[in-house]
Amino acid sequence: MGIAAGVVAIAVLLTTVVGLQMDRERRFPQAEPAQQILYVNSPAVLTRLALSYDALVADLYWIRAIQYYGGTRLSEQGDKSYALLFPLLDLTTSLDPNFNIAYEFGAFFLSEKKPGGPGQSALAIKLLEKGLVARPDRWQYPYDIGFVHYRDGNYKVAAEWFLRAAKTSGARKEGERADMWLEPLAANTLATGGDTRSSRVMYEHLLTSEATWLREDAARRLKKLDAIDRIAELERLTREYERRFGDPPPTWEHLIQVGLLPGIPLDPEGHPYVLNPWWGDVTVSDDSPVWPLPTENPA
Amino acid sequence: MRTTALVALHVFRDSVRDKVLYSIVAFAVVLMGVSYLIGQLTAGEDLKIIKDLGLAAMSLMGLFIAVFIGIGLIAREIDRRSIYAVLAKPVRRHELLLGKYLGLVGTLFVNLSVMALAYYVVLAYIGTTLSPAALKAAPAPPTDPRLMLAVLMIALELSLVTAVALFWSTFSSSALLSAGFTVALYIAGQFGADLKNFEHVVESPAAGIVGRALYYVLPNFAAFDIKTEVVHALPLPAGYLAMTALYAIVYIAALLVASVMIFARRDFK
Repeated sequence: MGIAAGVVAIAVLLTTVVGLQMDRERRFPQAEPAQQILYVNSPAVLTRLALSYDALVADLYWIRAIQYYGGTRLSEQGDKSYALLFPLLDLTTSLDPNFNIAYEFGAFFLSEKKPGGPGQSALAIKLLEKGLVARPDRWQYPYDIGFVHYRDGNYKVAAEWFLRAAKTSGARKEGERADMWLEPLAANTLATGGDTRSSRVMYEHLLTSEATWLREDAARRLKKLDAIDRIAELERLTREYERRFGDPPPTWEHLIQVGLLPGIPLDPEGHPYVLNPWWGDVTVSDDSPVWPLPTENPA
Repeated sequence: MRTTALVALHVFRDSVRDKVLYSIVAFAVVLMGVSYLIGQLTAGEDLKIIKDLGLAAMSLMGLFIAVFIGIGLIAREIDRRSIYAVLAKPVRRHELLLGKYLGLVGTLFVNLSVMALAYYVVLAYIGTTLSPAALKAAPAPPTDPRLMLAVLMIALELSLVTAVALFWSTFSSSALLSAGFTVALYIAGQFGADLKNFEHVVESPAAGIVGRALYYVLPNFAAFDIKTEVVHALPLPAGYLAMTALYAIVYIAALLVASVMIFARRDFK
C-alpha cells in the first residue's frame, strides 16, 4: 500500500469514527452530567501526590475553580450552592501558598451575595486569613478582609482590618505606600459606621504625616467629622424646640429667637447648615466643600 | 580522561540518533499551545501559569530522559552483549561508566538549555501581550533572569536522578526493575519533610529514628524544587542554593563511586 493510499484510508476511517460518534449521540442523548465531585479533597494528601509539581497542580485547580464558579454562576438551573468552590480554592492555595490571585479573587467570588453568588463571607475571610499566614507582609489580604466586612455592613471590624492592612510591611513599601490611603480609608469607614470619635483619633494622627497631601486630606476629613458632630448637636436643639412648641423649627431664626442659638450655624467651611422644616433634621449644603458627609454617601 | 570524553560523546550522539532531542520540539509546541489556551481559561495570572508550566515541563521531560535512558546506559549494553566488544577495547570499566554518565548529563544539559531558550522566547512574547497594569502587578518581569536559577536546580536534580538510574543499572540486569527503583527513590526523595518528622506520627522511638535516618540517607529531591519561590519572586538565599548544589555534587560523586565499585566487580558471564 502506498503512502497516499494509507493516508486516505486513515482519513476515511477517522471521519467514519467521528460520524459514528455524532450519530450515536443524536440517537441516544447522554444523560445529565454527573454532579461535580472532588476525588481528592485533602490538601495535605494532594500536596504530597503532586510531588514537586505542586505549583502546576495548583494552577490546574485554580483553572478548575474559575470554571466551576463561572459555570455555576451562568447556569440557569441546578445546584447553586457553590459547594465545591471553597474546597477548590483551599486545595489551590495549599498547593501554592503564594498564589495571590486565588486568595483575592477567590474571596471575592465567595463573598458575592446570594442569590447569584455563594454568599459565603465567613469562608472568604477564612481563605484570606490563610493567605495572611502565608504572606503576613501583604497588605492586600487584610484589606480584602476589611472589604468583605464592609460589604456586610460591619464597618467597625472593616476599619480595624484596613488599619491592620496599613500596618503591614508591604503597605509601607517604597513606590507603593498603600498605608497612605489605607489609614484614611479606615477612618472614613469608621465615620461611615457612625463612630466619629475613633475616626477623629485616626485623622488627627494623620495630621502629623510627612506627606502634605495626606495632611490636607486628613484636615478636610476632620472638617467633615466636625460637621457630623455639629449636626448631631443642632438636631438635639431642633428636638428641644419641637418639645417646647409642638413642631420642628421652620427656620434657624426661630431657634435664635427663643435663645437656643446665638446665630445662623455655619459648617467648618462657612456655609450655613440646611434645616429641614418638616422633620427638623439637619445636613450640610451641597455647595459646601464638606459635602457629602460619610454617612450621606456610604458607597 | 580522553576515553571518558569519547564515550560521553558517543552517548550524546546515540541520544540524538534515538530522537531524544525531539522532546525539545514537544516542549515548545506544548508551551505555545498552552500559552494561547491559558488566556481563555484563567482570570489573570497567565504569566505565572505559563512560568509554572514551562518549568514543570522541563523537569518532567528531563526526568523521563534521565530515568529511561539512564537505566539503559549499561543494561542495554549487557542485554545486547555489546559490553564484551566494548570492554575488549582499551576502555577501563570506570571510564566507560563515567563516560556514559557524562554523556547523558551532557544530553540533558543541551536539552534543558534549548528548552530554556524556547521558554524565554515564549515568555517574552507573553510579555508583549500583557497590559502595563498586569506587568506592574506581576511579582517579576516575564523574562526574569532568576528563572534560570530554577532551571539550574532542575539540571542538578536531573544529574542526581541520572546517577541514581546509572547506579541501579550497574546493580540489576533488569531495565524494568532499575526504572522501578529509580522512580521509587525519586518519589521517596520528595517526602523528605515527612520522613524527618516521622517521629511525630509514630509511637515507637525506633521507627522515628529509622525515618530520620532515611531522611538523611535518601537523596532529598524536594530540596531542588525552587520553582514556586522563583515564579513568585520570593527571596532565595545564595547560601541555600550553593549548599544544595554542593549536596548534589557530593551525592552524585558517592553514587558514581558506588556504581564504579559494583561495575568493576560485575561478572558478565
